[in-house]
Amino acid sequence: MAKSSIKLRTKKKGDKVQVKALIKHPMETGLRKNKKTGKPIPAHYITDLTVEANGKAVLTANWSGSISKNPFLSFNYAGKSGDKVKLSWKDNTGKSDMLETAVK
Amino acid sequence: MKRRSFLKSTVLAGATGAAISTGILSPNVAMADGSDPFKSTSVDDVMKILGATGAEKSDKIKIKAPEIAENGAVVPVSITSEIAGTTEIISITAANPTPLAAKYIFGESAETSVKSRFKMGKTTDVIALVKAGDKFYTAQANVKVTKGGCGG
Repeated sequence: MAKSSIKLRTKKKGDKVQVKALIKHPMETGLRKNKKTGKPIPAHYITDLTVEANGKAVLTANWSGSISKNPFLSFNYAGKSGDKVKLSWKDNTGKSDMLETAVK
Repeated sequence: MKRRSFLKSTVLAGATGAAISTGILSPNVAMADGSDPFKSTSVDDVMKILGATGAEKSDKIKIKAPEIAENGAVVPVSITSEIAGTTEIISITAANPTPLAAKYIFGESAETSVKSRFKMGKTTDVIALVKAGDKFYTAQANVKVTKGGCGG
């Protein structure tokens, strides 16, 4: 299996779980131009991102091209050890990826 | 160097971008009335489509962003809402060609705080819009972008 585009780290902090994610993605706005050819570089960015804990959505994000390249995301939710945290994303070209990890 | 030219082109495109972006950007999250807030080119339009015009200013929204960002391509911003019943946090980068940057919808167990990194073409206001119940609240912070962009 190809290496996942997602790096997902979870950390228990008291009764909360911190979720940190780093996704490898070009996040092209579609406004940049190729300098040599002058042609615009097609837009390619993540539009939908969902984080689930034990099958229940804790965070849904709608993104645009204004998010930086290789986006980073961090947030907390009330959780416990053993929670299964799943992150999935979909971009404007229809590509998608997901990764699941268990909270230690 | 690459990064600089990227920012430059982003800003340049900003001027003509209004016309272009509508054509290039693919449908994102279409709203009920068919207009897509992610394609809007002005903050007012975004507010109108989201139904957030006249959002109340609130000091319970905390925006943590650098006052001066050296690199506009990666600006870390964290937004925290202490308003009870917060369900959504919307982040708007006012000076970008398409100001609406991100919309976060929180589940029940999530803390209403989120941190991520944004692109900023030039010095801009970051506007946080928080939806709690049926009401919108807002707060904003200014980020100065020193490198890249329009030589400001």
